[in-house]
Amino acid sequence: MEARARPARAAVRTGARTGFRGLTRRERRAAAVAYAFLAPALVLLGVFTFYPVLFGAALALFDYDVISPPRYVGLAHFREMATDRYFWIALGNSVKFLLVVPVLQVLSIGLAAAVNRPVRGIRWFRAAYYLPVVTSMVAVGLMWRWLLEQDGVVNWLLVRTGVLARPVAWLGDPDLALYAVMFVTLWKGLGFYMVIYLVGLQAISPEVEEAAVVDGATRWQVFRDITLPLLRPSILLASTISAIAALKVFEEVYVMTGGGPMFRTYTMFFYIFDRGFQQLDMGYAAALAVVLAVAILALSAVNFRVFREGGWSYH
Amino acid sequence: MGLAVRYAGLTALAAFSVFPLLWLLSIAVRATGGVFGFPPELLPWPPTAANFVTVWETMPLPRFFANTVLLCGAAVALNVVLCAMAAYPLARIEFPGRKLVAALLLSTLMLPGHVGMIVNFVTLLRLGLVDTYAGVLLPGAVSVFGIFLLRQAFLTVPAELEDAARLDGASEWAIWWRVMLPVVAPALAALALFEFVAVWNSFLWPLIVLKTPEKYPLAVGLLYLSGLFAHNTRAVAAGAVLMTVPIVVVFLFTQRYFLRGLTVGAVR
Repeated sequence: MEARARPARAAVRTGARTGFRGLTRRERRAAAVAYAFLAPALVLLGVFTFYPVLFGAALALFDYDVISPPRYVGLAHFREMATDRYFWIALGNSVKFLLVVPVLQVLSIGLAAAVNRPVRGIRWFRAAYYLPVVTSMVAVGLMWRWLLEQDGVVNWLLVRTGVLARPVAWLGDPDLALYAVMFVTLWKGLGFYMVIYLVGLQAISPEVEEAAVVDGATRWQVFRDITLPLLRPSILLASTISAIAALKVFEEVYVMTGGGPMFRTYTMFFYIFDRGFQQLDMGYAAALAVVLAVAILALSAVNFRVFREGGWSYH
Repeated sequence: MGLAVRYAGLTALAAFSVFPLLWLLSIAVRATGGVFGFPPELLPWPPTAANFVTVWETMPLPRFFANTVLLCGAAVALNVVLCAMAAYPLARIEFPGRKLVAALLLSTLMLPGHVGMIVNFVTLLRLGLVDTYAGVLLPGAVSVFGIFLLRQAFLTVPAELEDAARLDGASEWAIWWRVMLPVVAPALAALALFEFVAVWNSFLWPLIVLKTPEKYPLAVGLLYLSGLFAHNTRAVAAGAVLMTVPIVVVFLFTQRYFLRGLTVGAVR
C-alpha cells in the first residue's frame, strides 16, 4: 500500500517556529486542541513505554528485590554475568535459536511463491496456511507437546514412513529439544512471513518476469535472477522481524519444555523471567534485559533503514 | 506444471498447517483412551461431547472465558478510542511539535518492548495495580501501530467534509466524532480486530501481573489447568479447542484484514 497524498487542507505555514511565544492566537488554539487529543496516549506511552527505557537502564545498576529500597551496585551485575553459568547457557540458546531465521525465510518465500498464482480457491489455501498464526501459543504448544511425545503421532508417522528406526523423545532429549521447539516456532510463524513475501511478490510487475521468459530464461533462472533481487526489501524486513522474535523467544519454551531438559532450551527471555518475576531479582533481570536489548537494537538498526525507505506507508 | 499437481502440493501444505489443529479436535471428542500409543486413533467414533461438559463443569473454564471476554472488550475499546484520538491531530491539524511527536512515536516501534516489562511491573507495584485488570490493560492501552494505522486513514478523509462541518460551527470534538470517525470506520474495525486477536492470545503479561487464578484469562488459565489435570488430556484438549474456536471463526470471516499484510504490527 502506498502512502496516500496529503489532503489539500492545511493551516497557513509561517516558517520555522522555535516555541509557543511567536504563535498567533489561532495557532495556539490549534496546538491546545491537538495536545488535548494526544494527551491520554502520550501520558500512557510516557509511563509505560518511554519511562521504562530510561529507568530500565538505571535499574540495571541497582540491587532491587521490590521489598527493600534499591541499593546502588554500579556495574556489578554486568561483571557477575561474565561468570554466570546460566547467563551463558541462556545467551547461547537464544543465539542458536537464530537458526530458525534463514529456514523460515526460505520456506515462507517458497510458500508465498506457491500461493502467488491465482487459482480457484487459493484464498482458502492462504487462510489455511495463516491459521496457526492466529491461534494461541498455549493451545498449540500443548498440542505439539502431545504430538511430539515418544509415543505420539509425529513419531508414529516417521517410523511408519521409515524416516526413523525407532521413536524419539523430541522434547525430552537434551540434544533435540531446542530444535523441536524451533520447529514449532517455524510451524506457527510460516503463514505470517508468507504474507510479507506475498505482498512483496505482488508488487513485482509480471511483465518483467514475462520478458525474461520470452528471452529464453528458465523458471528457476527468472526466480533467482529477477524475482529474488526484487524481493530484497521484503527479505530484509521479514528476516529482521523474525530475528528479533527469535532472540526474544519465550512462550513456546515456557509451554512446551519449561527450559529443560537440562537447561537445553533455557533462553535469555526465560532467564530474565525467572530472575525478575520468580526470584524478584529486578536489578539483575534489568541488566540481562539491557544485554538482550543491545542485541535487538543492533537488529532494529537494520529494521529502521527498511522503515525509512518505506516512509510511513505499510508494506 | 499441471493443475492437479499444483492442487496436490497446496493440499499437502494445508495438511501440514491444519492437521495439528484437527488432531487437537480429535483428542477432544474421543470418549476413552489416551492421546498416545501406536497406531494413533485419528478418527474417534462415535465422537462425544463429554469432555467439553467435563471441562466446562468441573474446571473453572466459564470463569476464564468471562475474564478473557472482559479483558478483550476493554482492551479493544481503549485502543480504538485512544489511538483514534491521538491519530487525528497527527493527520489533520498543523501544530507546533507535530513532527517531534510523530518521530517520538515512530521510535517506539524499534524499542525492544521486553525491557519495559520489568520496569512496568515495578511501576504497577508502586501504583498498587499488580493482580488487577487495570495492570494487565494499561501498558498496552495505546498501540503505536494503531496510531499510525488510523493516521493513514484520517489522511484520506476529504477536506470538504471537514470544512462543511466547520462552517456549521461544529467543535473540534464534534468534527472528530461525527465527521471523521464514521469515515475511517473500516480502519477502526481493522484495529479492533488485530487487538482482539492479540489480547485473546496474550499470555506472558497476564501471567506476570495476575496472581489470583480466578482472575486468569483463558491462555493463562488453560496452562494452569493442564498442570492440575495432567491426567485428563482429553479434557485439557477440549479446553484448548474451546479457546481456539472463537478465534478461528473470527479469522475465517475477516481473513482479508490479516492477509493484506500490515506487518508494522509485528514490530511493536
